[in-house]
Amino acid sequence: MLAREHMEKSKNFREYAITRLIRVSGYSAIVFVALIFFFLLREGIPALAEVDLGTLFSTRWYPIEGLYGILPLITGSLIVTVGAMLVAVPFGIGTAVFMSEIAPRWLREVLKPLVELLGGLPSVVLGFLGILLLSPYLRVLLDLPTGLTALAGAILLGGIAVPTIVSIAEDALDAVPTSYREGAWALGATRWQTIWRVTLPAARSGILTAVMLGIGRTIGETMTVMMVTGNAPVLAVHLNSLFSPVRTMTATIAAEMGEVASGSNHYHVLFFIGMVLFLISLAVNLSAAAIVFRSKKRAERVLS
Amino acid sequence: MKKTFLNRDLIQRLGFSMISLVALFTVVPIVGVMIYIILQGAPAISWEFLTAMPRDGMRAGGIWPAIVGTFYLTVGTAVFSVPLGIAAAIYLSEYASENWLTRTIRIAIISLAGIPSVVYGLFGLGLFVLFLQFGTSILAASLTLSIMTLPVIISASEEALRSVPQAFRTVSISLGGTRWQTIRRIVLPQALPGIITGVILGLERAAGETAPILFTGAAFFLPRLPGSPLDATMALPYHLFVISTQVPEMPFQIQYGTALVLIIFVLGMNLVATVIRSRARAKRQW
Amino acid sequence: MVENKIVIEDLSLSYTDGTESLHEISLNIPVNAISVLFGPAGGGKSSLLRCLNRLNDLADVRTVAGRILLDGVDILDPATDVIALRRRVGMVFARPVVLPLSIRGNLTYGLELAGEKRRSRLDEAAERGLKLAALWDEVKERLDDPAIALSGGQQQRLCLARVLAQQPEVILLDEPTSGLDPISTSKVEGALQELKREYTIVLVPHSVQQAARTADYAAFFLQGGLIEYGVDKELFTHPKKQRTEDYVEGRFG
Repeated sequence: MLAREHMEKSKNFREYAITRLIRVSGYSAIVFVALIFFFLLREGIPALAEVDLGTLFSTRWYPIEGLYGILPLITGSLIVTVGAMLVAVPFGIGTAVFMSEIAPRWLREVLKPLVELLGGLPSVVLGFLGILLLSPYLRVLLDLPTGLTALAGAILLGGIAVPTIVSIAEDALDAVPTSYREGAWALGATRWQTIWRVTLPAARSGILTAVMLGIGRTIGETMTVMMVTGNAPVLAVHLNSLFSPVRTMTATIAAEMGEVASGSNHYHVLFFIGMVLFLISLAVNLSAAAIVFRSKKRAERVLS
Repeated sequence: MKKTFLNRDLIQRLGFSMISLVALFTVVPIVGVMIYIILQGAPAISWEFLTAMPRDGMRAGGIWPAIVGTFYLTVGTAVFSVPLGIAAAIYLSEYASENWLTRTIRIAIISLAGIPSVVYGLFGLGLFVLFLQFGTSILAASLTLSIMTLPVIISASEEALRSVPQAFRTVSISLGGTRWQTIRRIVLPQALPGIITGVILGLERAAGETAPILFTGAAFFLPRLPGSPLDATMALPYHLFVISTQVPEMPFQIQYGTALVLIIFVLGMNLVATVIRSRARAKRQW
Repeated sequence: MVENKIVIEDLSLSYTDGTESLHEISLNIPVNAISVLFGPAGGGKSSLLRCLNRLNDLADVRTVAGRILLDGVDILDPATDVIALRRRVGMVFARPVVLPLSIRGNLTYGLELAGEKRRSRLDEAAERGLKLAALWDEVKERLDDPAIALSGGQQQRLCLARVLAQQPEVILLDEPTSGLDPISTSKVEGALQELKREYTIVLVPHSVQQAARTADYAAFFLQGGLIEYGVDKELFTHPKKQRTEDYVEGRFG
């Protein structure tokens, strides 16, 4: 009897300890987000004291002379992202519609892993291909002094965003009840009209989420852009900038952090850029999540 | 009347062809590029290439230290992220109730999933390399990659746990099982294939990443293999970056060979995950 | 004088979604007999059953009031060891849910959780459970096969055997034959008649006919309230309340 009691006790303790451990692990995600934000603040905020705001938001990035204007980096990120979306949105949504609405089942089963394959490719491999294949081709085709341009980055980043967009948009299209489509057919609509007027509008919040997350991936992408956009921190405000070298925020951090002394002004400014990137990614991802959440709520209201 | 029908038919045909063309343009380059890399890279791959140290400023010899380094980093990432990620998933699926705290955890996971990889690199530099003084090391890089893979592992594991029928839990509890006994003996074994799939997909991402290890653990070139977790290491993705941008007059063959090895490493993991998933689905009893 | 295994006093229960499931129930469950709780769906029978081994802890319960005395001790007391309680009060569910283990694994599951490691004890318990549930002859040759391979009727008897292997004092059955064919049903009912000699049984039947066939004591539930209680078959032959009569005679369901 005593042995049994002892066992019960040690079992209770084990149960208690394990439950505690699991609970703490559950909170870990919050801790890490807070830690990341804290360290970005801790290393990035001093930049505001060391570099005056006028310089920080100027158009010259030339750290050797103490010029830390981040506007060219922001416009660089912007133009590459916009370009990438011009590629990824039509191709991503088109492919998703093809897979979910048009392709026969077997073809879908073939296409899905292929698109996932693209999603699984390390970004450094895409950058490598960009250097060796895409940029020489672009240089000849468009008669440019160099193929390492915002355009090359936009095309490759578009490729990186496509799998994200396809998989989420396809899920959203799949989630549209078959009865909607059947209803449209029963009213005499063609399949094409059904896709265009019924299915796509019904899946719009999912598709919007897909695009948002695609944007999130694109803004944060580092290696590919660093390798193919030519790394010239010049202000990109004109459409022509698409055909010249640019430099993004991510590439700047990746390229320069390895060579700065920790604690220097340059170091703090790079962390400051990281902080900006962190906040942008937070805004993009949380609004994407909010779209999903809102449409879920709406669906619950409609169905109940 | 007849005319509009014809028109509608024509529009539908045009539309379908256009969409099919778009899908074709998306998929063909993927296949083409894969075939091209295989064709270009395969001749470079030899026993020596896989197992020898680089020579001649990396322009000759093999990529052994980069392969070993990526292996170490992947294992190191797994050591930290797998137990933590699975435990967090168990918490969300089995313990957490719907309240503000749980919602905050979910928001945090979404946020972690969206943070750019280079920002993880900065964080790793700030916390692990400098503040905790691990230096540029396998340890610091693995920890950085772990936090980056955590959301992938948590989400996939939670989904796998939730797919285990609720009735199993009720029955186990009704037979006098505690919550943990129920998880340990029934829920976890049933969710395991799904969890393993998620873990591999997370680690696959870690294995292919460059930006988070740039300032936390990657070495440009090392004449020997790392001897401890506190040493820096070469790694396949970083090595590919180095030989395609930093080394002049690099032979193409070695570049393509390295790219091919990296792809095989990463996609091999993906393949394993896919096989486990489809096998488990076929065997599942519920 | 009838000895009561369980005494329920003024039990009320409501769920977080606002629905009240039980309203001031007082009921005695006599030892070594089959007590049947019957009535239309949503009447609170299952909720009451799940209170008796505190399985309701898993649901979104808002308030519980009243007492449930098992051998004179209130099991709703927060200090109750619910794990030990659930070993004493076993439960069989409407849908047979075999755990994803072997047949033997299902039978020994509860005991292993309780820390029993001796192979001989486990085998003994498994055999006893199977024999009591009238399943032994059918499965004794293949105890290590996956339990899922059994037929629906066999699975349900396995679920019963699984509870019996733990040697509980009370067995709760929530429509245990709802998915079974008539032959399997009569096997389960036959087993229950045997079992009541040693155990206290509380059964929620899946039909009025089954209630009438099996009841030593019967309680009629409607919309969370206990309408009428009777010994033996009196509720089915001479109901006192109009609503009981209407239900028993099939005027509403």
